[in-house]
Amino acid sequence: MADTGAHGSTASGAGAVGTSGAATGGTATAPAVLEVEGLSAAYGPVRALQDVTLRAEHGRITAVLGANGAGKTTLLRTISGLVRPTAGRVLLGGEDVTRAPVEAMVTKGMAHVPEGRGVIAELTVDENLRVGALFRGKVPSEEFDRVYSFFPRIAERRTQTAHTLSGGERQMLVIGRALLARPKVLLLDEPSLGLAPRIVAQIFAMVRHLVDTEGLSVLLVEQNARSALSVADTGVVLNLGRVVVTDDAARLAGDEDLRHAYLGF
Amino acid sequence: MQQFVNLTLGGVITGAVYAAFALALVLIWRSTRIVNFAQGAMAAITTFIALSLIESGQSYWVGLVVALLAGLVIGAVVERLVIRPVEGGPELNAVIVTLGLFIAIQALISVLFGVNQRAFVAPFSTIGFRVGDNSLALSPNTLFTLGAVLLVMVGLTALFRFTRVGLAMRASAFGQEVARLLGVRVGRMLTLGWALAAVVGSLAGMLIAAEVTFVTPTYMDALIVFGFVAAVLGGLDSPVGAVVGGLLLGLLLSYVRGYVGDELVGLAALVVLVVVLLVRPGGLFSTTQTRRA
Repeated sequence: MADTGAHGSTASGAGAVGTSGAATGGTATAPAVLEVEGLSAAYGPVRALQDVTLRAEHGRITAVLGANGAGKTTLLRTISGLVRPTAGRVLLGGEDVTRAPVEAMVTKGMAHVPEGRGVIAELTVDENLRVGALFRGKVPSEEFDRVYSFFPRIAERRTQTAHTLSGGERQMLVIGRALLARPKVLLLDEPSLGLAPRIVAQIFAMVRHLVDTEGLSVLLVEQNARSALSVADTGVVLNLGRVVVTDDAARLAGDEDLRHAYLGF
Repeated sequence: MQQFVNLTLGGVITGAVYAAFALALVLIWRSTRIVNFAQGAMAAITTFIALSLIESGQSYWVGLVVALLAGLVIGAVVERLVIRPVEGGPELNAVIVTLGLFIAIQALISVLFGVNQRAFVAPFSTIGFRVGDNSLALSPNTLFTLGAVLLVMVGLTALFRFTRVGLAMRASAFGQEVARLLGVRVGRMLTLGWALAAVVGSLAGMLIAAEVTFVTPTYMDALIVFGFVAAVLGGLDSPVGAVVGGLLLGLLLSYVRGYVGDELVGLAALVVLVVVLLVRPGGLFSTTQTRRA
């Protein structure tokens, strides 16, 4: 893998806070599975994203952090096509998918777990998983068993309707469902939302484990910056729709001024 | 006693037709959150197409198959051309559009087929079976009606429960955005849902035509009222509720007709509607209380 010491594109430290735009090209890093170039999006006259450039690397967790309203969720929704960008490109494994229909993204290798879990509450746990594998046609049952082996808690409840699940179990279910799509990159939107700290730690540990053992690549969006940085490899700080800084996660966590200014811890 | 038995049989049979029609409404409500007020008119036009074929010498069965196919096509076309453009807008828009469609299709039937009453011959004998000296309100034709409705229910249940398309349709109905993110072609599923609903509606139209023995362009109007009450009674979200609601309403209205008076049937349906909306607005089989985001 790459030298983690040298790939911070914008120098961190007090002086760099406020620097906008983060050109990531050029620096030697792990190969990118997802590249976002100059992405802008708007809700009517309100500009939600401005010239966002970032990359998610293979076999790593890239965390996008920022306060409420920084544009984190919009970023993921624009990447997966739910929101149409006003400018910029999205490359998935080198292929331009900026204008691809939402339904086609998962077949191209992008799994997006939306904010608020995205469990279909009326379906059973098992059916939720099966919906996630529908596009692949016939999927061997061993793959389902494997997902259940990662998350024994939902395995016990596979015939129950998903609305009986707790928040943590729902998060496990949607991550498991995303795994069944065998994605090149997994977009996770605020998995810690509304969960107890202990459960958050469990979920993040599981994601880290999947990245390390299964070669998963994750673009994680989080308001809970402290937890996210503890598992992420790279951090991208977003403020008012712009990238403020991109750097090694450990260095970001250690940068006190930056933490106070944008991450709230 | 004989009257009670016959009222019960009659109630079950009309209830089954209400159930089929309610099922069509539920199919559409579940997937698009629209009450399709044009359902009756869409069914009526397919019955008239079938009737024209039958009158020109074709068998009832040819007419039935053509009616169901016509329903399939009309349902899909209506969803694509009429409903799709107003989807995502205020809910009332779609409701007004289906009301307009109802009037337009009914007018179209009058233009194409005339406004006069036309006889509709049932495929089987409508003379009731006899037990001793008593004639039952159960005939070969009503058995066919019951059988057809039962078959549709079993078929739909199997479709939703055991097939991939059924799973994709349910996912699209309950979580449009999530389904799209999971690669389900939600647009296609909605079209399919409307097409299926229109087929079930067409079947209900053909069955009720054989029961009432004559048809006019407006002959489905009463059925859409009762079908709607049945669907609300069972819960607009629940196919099982539609069936149970249809049967309950059929029985109740049959008893009212027999023991109280024919003129109060419409009022009784209205009372059911008001009571359900007051006491349990989600319907008997509602799942909405347990729904969480």
